[in-house]
Amino acid sequence: MKKSLFDQGYLDEQFYQLEELQDEVSPNFVEEVVTLFFRDSTRLVTNIDQALEKRPQDFRKLDACMHQLKVSASSIGAAKMKNECTSFKEFCGKESLEGCIRSFQKLKKEHSTLRTKLENYFQLLRQVGPVEKAVRSGK
Amino acid sequence: MENPLPSSRAEPFPAGLRVLIVDDDPTWLKILEKMLRKCSYEVTTCSLATEALDILRERRDRFDIVISDVNMPDMDGFKLLEHVGLEMDLPVIMMSIDGETSRVMKGVQHGACDYLLKPVRMKELRNIWQHVYRKKMHELKEIETHIHEDFNILRNGYEDLEDRYLIGGTETNSVRKRKDVDCKEFGDQEINDASAVKKARVVWSVDLHQKFVNAVNQIGFDKVGPKKILDLMNVPGLTRENVASHLQKYRLYLSRIQKQNEGRTCGNMPSDLINNDNRGNFVLHSTTNIPEDSELTKCIVRTESFHSQEIAPSAQNGETKRIVPVQVVGSKKSLLSNAPCTQKVNSVPQLGVLLSFKGMMPSIKEKSYEPTTVKHKPLHDDTLRKQLMQYPKQEDCSMLTDHSCFSNLDQDHAPSFNPLSTLPPSVISSSCTDERYMKDLCEMKHFLTDYRSGHFSSIPPMTCMIDSVSLQVKHGIVNAEDIGAICKLEGSPSTKDYNFDEAYNQGCFPLTCEFSLKSEAELDSFPEDLHLCSVQKIGCLENMTFSGAGFLPYIDSTPTMNEVQTNWYRGSEGHGEYFDDLDYPPINESLSA
Repeated sequence: MKKSLFDQGYLDEQFYQLEELQDEVSPNFVEEVVTLFFRDSTRLVTNIDQALEKRPQDFRKLDACMHQLKVSASSIGAAKMKNECTSFKEFCGKESLEGCIRSFQKLKKEHSTLRTKLENYFQLLRQVGPVEKAVRSGK
Repeated sequence: MENPLPSSRAEPFPAGLRVLIVDDDPTWLKILEKMLRKCSYEVTTCSLATEALDILRERRDRFDIVISDVNMPDMDGFKLLEHVGLEMDLPVIMMSIDGETSRVMKGVQHGACDYLLKPVRMKELRNIWQHVYRKKMHELKEIETHIHEDFNILRNGYEDLEDRYLIGGTETNSVRKRKDVDCKEFGDQEINDASAVKKARVVWSVDLHQKFVNAVNQIGFDKVGPKKILDLMNVPGLTRENVASHLQKYRLYLSRIQKQNEGRTCGNMPSDLINNDNRGNFVLHSTTNIPEDSELTKCIVRTESFHSQEIAPSAQNGETKRIVPVQVVGSKKSLLSNAPCTQKVNSVPQLGVLLSFKGMMPSIKEKSYEPTTVKHKPLHDDTLRKQLMQYPKQEDCSMLTDHSCFSNLDQDHAPSFNPLSTLPPSVISSSCTDERYMKDLCEMKHFLTDYRSGHFSSIPPMTCMIDSVSLQVKHGIVNAEDIGAICKLEGSPSTKDYNFDEAYNQGCFPLTCEFSLKSEAELDSFPEDLHLCSVQKIGCLENMTFSGAGFLPYIDSTPTMNEVQTNWYRGSEGHGEYFDDLDYPPINESLSA
């Protein structure tokens, strides 16, 4: 399952890095980080939503907010999200509100998709239980 | 909680390296923390820059290195970088998802020792210890260089000094100019610093030193760091390295003073030096061996001896923490004081002797020299002392021209000090000596400057003062002679607004030094009391090199930085004898007389 996530471009190298950090000291490290990410990113998405509704538009602020989200996405290797963040920022640069809105819609979609997939992934891991490691290496 | 020092850790370096991470993104914070822990580092996390600064300030020795994100909500990462560099002088690594060259360059310009791109890999974090190590090595090297130079200076003696001054002045100027230009043009202090260390020694004029002292006081001695001092000083062309090495010296000086204070009784100091007025101000008594020789020119005051001069603190009331002979931290500094001139110092009030601390002050600030001299207003000692050199501008240094009254320094200290009116100890900051001297002088000057309540324009190396002193002596300016120290340079311009820069550049620093030398006794102790006369363009500053005595350390039981600084300054002022303001009155007599 993980492989598919990678293949489809949802996750990148960074995710592997997180997995390598997981050890006996922090056995659920990856899941903790991902949970943290979604908690924080949801907040950021809300911020951007609110900022988008403001008139007149403050593109610099929008850009700054999106930058935060982009950084956040990079932390777990959420590749597709990151890309969408980049295009959103480009629209900000062009001061195209419409472009921003469209881009943001896509971004939110990516965000929720990733969340679902990762939730499934971790659930799977839990089910697998002690065989987790083997399973993961196999994937 | 306090992290144990690396040295106390069982594991070999770099294990146990104490890292502070600052990042507003909680996810990254968690990841980085984990990564660093895996490298066996000790990690502290922080999500706000302001919080990070608080943590660092609270216990600056707690960390070895700081890693910070560039984009943070409460403070720009670059700003944090600057603060940390200034205040704590810790290596800082910047991080960002943005790897654009301009950003990276900005980071380097602000002093970052590395710039990592997110996503950060663990192997990159493993190597951060090299920055800590490199920094330590660099600092050691700097100290070594300074010490080496100081030794050279001492060994070479007068002649050399003189020659050096002559040559050095020019060199210094040019070097400094170059440095300044570099700084301005490239804004890369690091580069300048590096080169500065090698070649251009900034001359720590009285003024500059005063600023330095002020800055240190402001920051708080415990929390002080070169970058912060640099920032507060706001002197163009002054590099962090300059400040760092100067700070080092200053610290050494302070600790030495402290030791001396402890070890010596006040009595040692030639109480006579200090006119017992407890003016509390420093008495510049730099015992240095000022050769009373008639050669005007250089009275080299040995800083070391200067220390002993601490004078009078004992004599004085404790309140005025007297500034003990300005000993420039490098004790190597030899104050060149015109012994002959100083001889008279008898009554010289606390003239801050401008001691040229060699190598003390790398940077010469050019401040307008304010001859706030001595107004010996009885400034609260504490204030002055603490201020380190805030010279109370002694406006009324009516005595002698407005020489920067070092006594101002004392003023704070010596509430009773009011010599200014009598004799404004003009600190002479003349030092065109070579950089080294200048440096010393600068240091001294700084003190002086500090004393003057900052008005003291940084007088370029006091070294020049010697010349002036001698000049004075020659010219019989000696009022100071009687007084011991007040040297008024003929034509000493109101040093007040003396821009040392100019003077410096010209190689001659017109220092109007009026030293009010404290009593001769003091003078003895304070060789530096050389009448620092403002050597107006006399170009003679060469001689005034005050050996380290420039600083009149305050002989406090526990000399605070401030005090010491002031003292220091005083010492550096060597030219003028920094006498604690306290002693001014005595000088007044002599001088005014």
